[in-house]
Amino acid sequence: MSGPFIRMWGAPIAVAILTVVGLISALVGDGAWDHISAVALGVPVMLCLWYGVRRRTKGH
Amino acid sequence: MTPTTVRRWAWIHKWSSLVCTVFMLLLCVTGLPLIYHHEIDHLLGNAIEAPAMPAGTPKASMDDVIAAGKALYPNKIAMYLSQEPDDANIWFLTMGDNPTDTAFKSIAIDARSAKVLGEPSFEGSFLGVMFHLHVDLYAGLWGKLFLGFMGLLLVIAIISGVVLYAPFMRKLEFGEVRRERGPRVKWLDLHNMLGIITLTWALVVGATGMVNTWADLLLKYWQVTEMAEMIAPYKGMPPPTQLGSMQKSLEHAVAAEPGMKIGFVAFPGTPFTSPHHYGIFMRGDEALTSRLYKPVLIDAQTTEITDRRNLPWYLTGLLISQPLHFGDYGGAWMQFLWAALDVITIFVLGSGLYLWLKRGAPAPARAATTGRVERVEEQGAPVLATEGEAR
Repeated sequence: MSGPFIRMWGAPIAVAILTVVGLISALVGDGAWDHISAVALGVPVMLCLWYGVRRRTKGH
Repeated sequence: MTPTTVRRWAWIHKWSSLVCTVFMLLLCVTGLPLIYHHEIDHLLGNAIEAPAMPAGTPKASMDDVIAAGKALYPNKIAMYLSQEPDDANIWFLTMGDNPTDTAFKSIAIDARSAKVLGEPSFEGSFLGVMFHLHVDLYAGLWGKLFLGFMGLLLVIAIISGVVLYAPFMRKLEFGEVRRERGPRVKWLDLHNMLGIITLTWALVVGATGMVNTWADLLLKYWQVTEMAEMIAPYKGMPPPTQLGSMQKSLEHAVAAEPGMKIGFVAFPGTPFTSPHHYGIFMRGDEALTSRLYKPVLIDAQTTEITDRRNLPWYLTGLLISQPLHFGDYGGAWMQFLWAALDVITIFVLGSGLYLWLKRGAPAPARAATTGRVERVEEQGAPVLATEGEAR
């Protein structure tokens, strides 16, 4: 799949789905469900850090 | 999207954000310590701990537990009895001058020895101040509803922000931050990147927070509808002067709802029950069911069950929305991620405010801007000055 729509919205939609999975899984059960939740909610936080602090090394 | 549509959405985004931003910053800052309220309580030494006793030490009669509180405040009446889900050794008894006393006293009582362990102080404490600034701005129901309206504006700001994401990102990769193009462009890109990544979380926490501000109203509605039905046989009767045994009442409630635990007990006259009943709110034992209460109404004189039924959908919705707002249902990692997302949201709010304050600054590459966008800008959406800017 490609095209302008996926190019613009693919990543945001993936992050949104991941967040929903993270929010719901911990509600469903404890133990493994909490771990799934931690990973699923951890990804958006890591992405924010990654894009927030990275410096592009592509030369000028 | 036509320039007119973009301009309209930009207007919605600008004003919905501007009105609520200061309050949202307050909510983010005060919400941060509330995520860790248990830990902070322990750190400040305000937490009350039950002394260690051998496992399986029998529990005291609930009548003795209540008597211990009454001995401390002979002139006050009991309002609520509750327990933390993770500590069955302590009962918290709330006592006041009347069943709706807002200046109530909270007393921690050992569930095994029925000895008073202490009186947790909340009002005036650091967490108490954070709580009020977060929940009602010290203005009661109206404060709550006001913050709920700010929450609604946040939801509108988030949705309009998503709509605006497309025209801003047309020429950019996901997550791209143009650092070499000056602070305004850099912060615009950061605002878009952090905003779109935390979108779902912020939307859920914002919307559930808004729903929580309606708790008092939903409860009132429940009282005049379902509760009124349940207590209809008692209409016109004088309230009981002598209350029956709490121990027996709880035994009857537990026997009627096997597999459920006691969540909290409302004493006659409080908003959660009638003047004639103990309202015993049972809860399940699992991650989700422990959030959902089932009220069992016990005649406060005979200690027999009058009625029990499931909560209506709107109170179930309210109870499920609470953990989704608090982030307290997934252990330490979730707490940490909640705090991290809260801090990121502060950045989104702050950068939005910064972009508005710097709106007059000339765009760095004005020459490269397309005519279409300049038209948008002239018509009063300066926030969009860098929309579609050539790279």
